[in-house]
Amino acid sequence: MSASPALRQSLARLLFVALVALSWGLDGRRLTVESPGAGAPPFTLREVSGPLGLGFRHERASFDEKLAHIEAQIAALGAAVAVTDADADGLPDLYVTTSAFDRPNALFLNRGAQGFVDGAGPAGLADVNREGLGVSMGSVWADMDNDGDEDCFLYRYGYPSLYRNDGELVFTDVTRDSGLEHWVNANCALWFDADEDGLVDLFVAGYFPERFDLWNLETTRVMQDSFEFSNNGGSNRLYRNLGDGRFEEITEAAGLTSNRWTMGAAAADFDGDGHVDLYLANDYGAEEFHRNLGAGPDEGGPRFELVDAGLGDDSKSGMCVALGEVRNEGRMSVFVTNISERGYLFQGNNLRHDYLAEGAGFLNVAEGIVADCGWAWGAQFGDLDNDGWQDLFVANGFVTGDEGEGSYWYGMSKVGGAAGGLVEDAANWPPMWGKDLSGSERSRVLHNRGGRRFDDVAEAVGVTDRYDGRAVAMADLSGRGALDVIVANQRGPLLVYRAEPPPGQHWVQFELTGTVSNRSAIGAAVELKAGALHGLRVVDGGSGFSAQNGRRLHFGLGTQATLDEVIVHWPSGRRQVLHDLEVDRVHAITEPAS
Amino acid sequence: MKLLKSSPPWLFASLLTTIIVVGELTHDILGGFDRLALALGTSIVAEHVVSRLFAGRKGNTLSAYITGNSILVLTKPAAGLLWPFVMGPILAIVSKAALRYRGQHIWNPTNLSFAVLLLVAPGSMSILSHQWGNDWRLVVLLLGLGFLVVGKSGLMHVSGTYALAFSALAVVRAWMLGLPVLAELAPITGPMYMLFMFFMITDPRTIVRGKHGRVIVVLIIALVEMGIRLLDQVNWPLLDPLLTAPPIFALFLVGPIAKVLELRRQARAEVEAVPAPA
Repeated sequence: MSASPALRQSLARLLFVALVALSWGLDGRRLTVESPGAGAPPFTLREVSGPLGLGFRHERASFDEKLAHIEAQIAALGAAVAVTDADADGLPDLYVTTSAFDRPNALFLNRGAQGFVDGAGPAGLADVNREGLGVSMGSVWADMDNDGDEDCFLYRYGYPSLYRNDGELVFTDVTRDSGLEHWVNANCALWFDADEDGLVDLFVAGYFPERFDLWNLETTRVMQDSFEFSNNGGSNRLYRNLGDGRFEEITEAAGLTSNRWTMGAAAADFDGDGHVDLYLANDYGAEEFHRNLGAGPDEGGPRFELVDAGLGDDSKSGMCVALGEVRNEGRMSVFVTNISERGYLFQGNNLRHDYLAEGAGFLNVAEGIVADCGWAWGAQFGDLDNDGWQDLFVANGFVTGDEGEGSYWYGMSKVGGAAGGLVEDAANWPPMWGKDLSGSERSRVLHNRGGRRFDDVAEAVGVTDRYDGRAVAMADLSGRGALDVIVANQRGPLLVYRAEPPPGQHWVQFELTGTVSNRSAIGAAVELKAGALHGLRVVDGGSGFSAQNGRRLHFGLGTQATLDEVIVHWPSGRRQVLHDLEVDRVHAITEPAS
Repeated sequence: MKLLKSSPPWLFASLLTTIIVVGELTHDILGGFDRLALALGTSIVAEHVVSRLFAGRKGNTLSAYITGNSILVLTKPAAGLLWPFVMGPILAIVSKAALRYRGQHIWNPTNLSFAVLLLVAPGSMSILSHQWGNDWRLVVLLLGLGFLVVGKSGLMHVSGTYALAFSALAVVRAWMLGLPVLAELAPITGPMYMLFMFFMITDPRTIVRGKHGRVIVVLIIALVEMGIRLLDQVNWPLLDPLLTAPPIFALFLVGPIAKVLELRRQARAEVEAVPAPA
């Protein structure tokens, strides 16, 4: 170039400024939450907890004084919700937890047009947060004894409890004789039939190590030993259901030993081999896929194998595992929430499509608003507008601080990259007090646009609350043929967002009852083919973050008014093919004997 | 031992390569070889194109290698984004041609690139490394290697002064604010500080000359960093972005001022040295 040095430098400066502007522009474009030109979403979400009589507020736990300076984050969990049918009347009920001593959990019984009434007190499921026993972190429900009603496993920071449903809303605490009475600081549990004997088994994931009684600590070295590859968390345990009210721990024999800080889990037959596998989301570590090798009870119990499955070695802060089908290919997708905070940390949520059946692994396709929801917690898939495509509801926000106290992100970043055991000792953590840590973040409603992309339509459809969201569950609470989204908020109210899809959209629901498989049909998958739609849903024994969806499986169908084929894959291995089913109604399907 | 007798750029490049190889083998720090290819490829191409276009000379591949790898190791982009691995090296290298004073570039290019991107694109990247596992064995190894290399390069006083100043000020800060001492000392055990101490403040092209001058500048950087850290105690949201990477912004602010002052003094001295006409 023959230009003078001054001209060259001026050109270089222009280029530099242009690059800075381009970076700014690229950053701004990424943060656009609603795609321009996408049009108004065709549905709304109306908050209806008040009219339904679902008044409930979560309160957080308070631990040993040694942790007071960071208690705001350590006690920032426990707002959980499970959808069940406690009184076996065919209507979905809700069991919600709080985490303060002497505060009651609620069992909201669905009375149809009369709304919900809290029946936890008479059922013996209210006064369950007590000193010496611990505080609730969540519950999972299943018919553990195949007697026709739903039993409750309540997990705590403390001793878990197993409540046998004896019918007529009589629950008997059978923990002592069950073999489950071990102190555990758990944020996650799920029911699934690991050994395929027709009885649901129980997986319980420890978070803080079980040697710690968080109210009576002898040490402050209770935290994770690494932000990225921590293995000093609570033990994960698999309990085999012996069928007589007793459970036998088979963790080691099953090959499921792990001391990661597990936050979320979900079970399904991901590889199509007929055995229900286990997918775990871990805080301070990578996700885990445990393939069920299928050795039944006669062969010495179930065996699991930890498989890479394309999950890689990316260390993240997995908070939940949600299962869905987003592309109408009859293929499972897994959504795992993580943390994103401007300038500090981008772990990114994962949306992984399952290619295990083809001999490959999971393929992560999350980007943009799907990957970055803030500090994301519970999430669930559900077709909110009945257009045939599953949408995604994501609850966000960790700890909302006091006004004017500033952010704790800087404080946490100081110890975040520090070496070795320094982070393990809570005494080394800067005090948090009233500071904010990704609090007041709005939930995301990610509208599935034909399987091609998701748009965040939360504000447009009416989701504007800024509570610190935790558990999310979905169910059709009033039999309308449309979903309700139930959100349990930390130190906040229980919210129910009622989806109001556009008129004329068809739907169909399936209520499964196992006969050879477990009666709750947990782990059963329904594959639906209708025109261009090819949906897949799995009966939930616990998923998301401290949540459990309604057992009834919901499919939106859009304008598709006929079904081609419905295939039920039962946990027993049976495959049931159904034709000529009507749309816009609930189908009760019982597992055939052969 | 032959390596240790090499010139500083080769030593730094070797150290950086060691960090990447060890980090990748032990903790998968790259997060994908596509990132390695992008950062390194962009850096090398940009160095040669920019040098040819704006300076009329051949580019320095070794310098580009150091820049590309430094950005690779410290950039944590939002999920699915690769453009920071392209923009980071380009900004760094273009800045060498764009932001000059008396014929010299005055910012450490990598430092400038991070500071600018953290300010204009905080929704797309952060400077926490991909993942290092909080493993103290790795830190000890890298600190040892780092000090060995800066020692052999005659820059021990720069990194050493910074490490001591940071540590002393961390203790002062903890005492002043009633915070745990280890919380304040913790950052220096992390990967950002490895790169900062061994690559950014020791950059021979942007550092001032003379041992005393360097020590003073490094002390000022540490003090400014402390000032940035104290912003956490006040509610000035506009300045909050500085808290995402205090040492990066401290060098970003102090480095060029020190360099400009030195170049001006140097120019003045040259004028004074010219004998007055008889």
